[in-house]
Amino acid sequence: MADVNYSEAEKTFILHGIQDKFPCREDGRGCEDYRHMEIETGVVSNTSGSARLRLANTDILVGVKAELGVPSPEKPDSGCIEFFVDCSANATPEFEGRGGEELATEISTVLSRCYDNSGCLDLKSLCIIPKQQCWILYIDVLLLECGGNLFDAASIGVKAALYNTRIPNVTVNQEDDEMEIELSDDPYDVNRLDISSSPCIVTLSKIGHYHVVDASQKEEACCLARLMMGVTAKGTISALKKEGWGSLNPESIFDMMETGKKIGQVLNTSLLNVLEEEEKSGNKRKTVGFLK
Amino acid sequence: MAGLELLSDQGFRIDGRRSHELRKIQCRLGVFKQADGSAYIEQGNTKVLAAVYGPHEVKGSRAKMLQDKVLVNCQYSMATFSTGERKRRPRGDRKSTEMTMHLKQTFDAAIITNLYPRSQIDIYVEVLQSDGGNYCASVNAATLALIDAGIPLKDYVCACSAGFVNDTPIVDISYLEESGGGPELIVTILPKSEQIVFLEQNSRLHEDNLSKVLDVASKGCKDIYAILDRAVRDHVSKVSNVANTTE
Repeated sequence: MADVNYSEAEKTFILHGIQDKFPCREDGRGCEDYRHMEIETGVVSNTSGSARLRLANTDILVGVKAELGVPSPEKPDSGCIEFFVDCSANATPEFEGRGGEELATEISTVLSRCYDNSGCLDLKSLCIIPKQQCWILYIDVLLLECGGNLFDAASIGVKAALYNTRIPNVTVNQEDDEMEIELSDDPYDVNRLDISSSPCIVTLSKIGHYHVVDASQKEEACCLARLMMGVTAKGTISALKKEGWGSLNPESIFDMMETGKKIGQVLNTSLLNVLEEEEKSGNKRKTVGFLK
Repeated sequence: MAGLELLSDQGFRIDGRRSHELRKIQCRLGVFKQADGSAYIEQGNTKVLAAVYGPHEVKGSRAKMLQDKVLVNCQYSMATFSTGERKRRPRGDRKSTEMTMHLKQTFDAAIITNLYPRSQIDIYVEVLQSDGGNYCASVNAATLALIDAGIPLKDYVCACSAGFVNDTPIVDISYLEESGGGPELIVTILPKSEQIVFLEQNSRLHEDNLSKVLDVASKGCKDIYAILDRAVRDHVSKVSNVANTTE
């Protein structure tokens, strides 16, 4: 990712920290701790829903736009979601031009695989007229700064933005053989999405013989292999992917899955709590965005 | 534009401003830690992030390297969700390539380029939300980011747009006013010397009115300069306070 090369000594230091009996990472965290996370929704006013997530140095902005379109022929009675990830050159000069495309495609495919499951998001509710009209949700993820663990951060941002998404109510009038769609004029006459079973990605990085969550950029440099999984609040896994040049034992994969499930459940519930709390403060809350 | 009155008889614009009033500007320096300099600016509903990297050695092809001055490299991109209708690509379309060129031209004129020969400075601008005056907000954000990075400039670079409705020049026009089809003048100046570094005019404007509109736009630039200068001073004093207390 960013153009940093770490020396062998530095890598060994990180490795030993994790291998110690009382696992202690370079920033003092335990193996299953996330870094400080800040989240704010509704930061971009011309989207249907948006969220900004800052996970230590990782900065992600997600915008959801709902547009009317035609449902896909395979699933004529449901809406669609489309993920697009853009790695901004603000994050690192390497992403200039088309430099960030590879990473962007990687993130967007993992995200779409996580959500490619009827249990994760009720796409049927996005259908307006089967085979003719449906809502297409364009979920655009903008990566503004890389501080490690981009996949988890992107998925949390996406979930928060979906929570914030408001889709205008439509009524279908049938006149003779023609269907007519009428959008509601009232900006408060909206539908929300049910995200209670949407997944968050949990990435477990194998460093030495141990695995850690939320690897920082330095730790990612020492990581042999990592396992990404989309975990829902109930602890079900919606997608699984192994990445990196190292190989994993079957036992350690199951080990990592157990940890991932446990952490994913906590992550999902605490995310929902934070979002609900933010919602309660209602209109009194002032959006700060990047001004803080 | 039919049905929309850009300037009412009482002298108010659609968003309630008077003809000479800017939109609310809020800004912040040092948004990101990894970039050498970064800034964020909000001009009304237009929101722009800028990051500066460098001066560093020339990346990519060495043929681009300049022997006598620094290479200023810019990239302008717009978030796909930034506009009312979703954009397909964040960069690479004609409009953003043109914007990139304009930014490069502007900052080539403002940076003291002969100080860093055989080096490169990257300026990356990302529009998060667009509501007219994207170029102006980009320039203002990039200026702040360059100052945050400590790159020597001849002066602040301030950009402002102006339009002309009902024989009255209006300053800092929004998207709605831009799309009305009236004339639009974009001016970038170095406020202290009042030198113009960038000037562009769209649509038709009578020559007699040009100086009036230009005056209004330069006045807007100077107002923006006052705001940016205050933001920089606030930021610097805050940073030095932190440094003093930790000593």
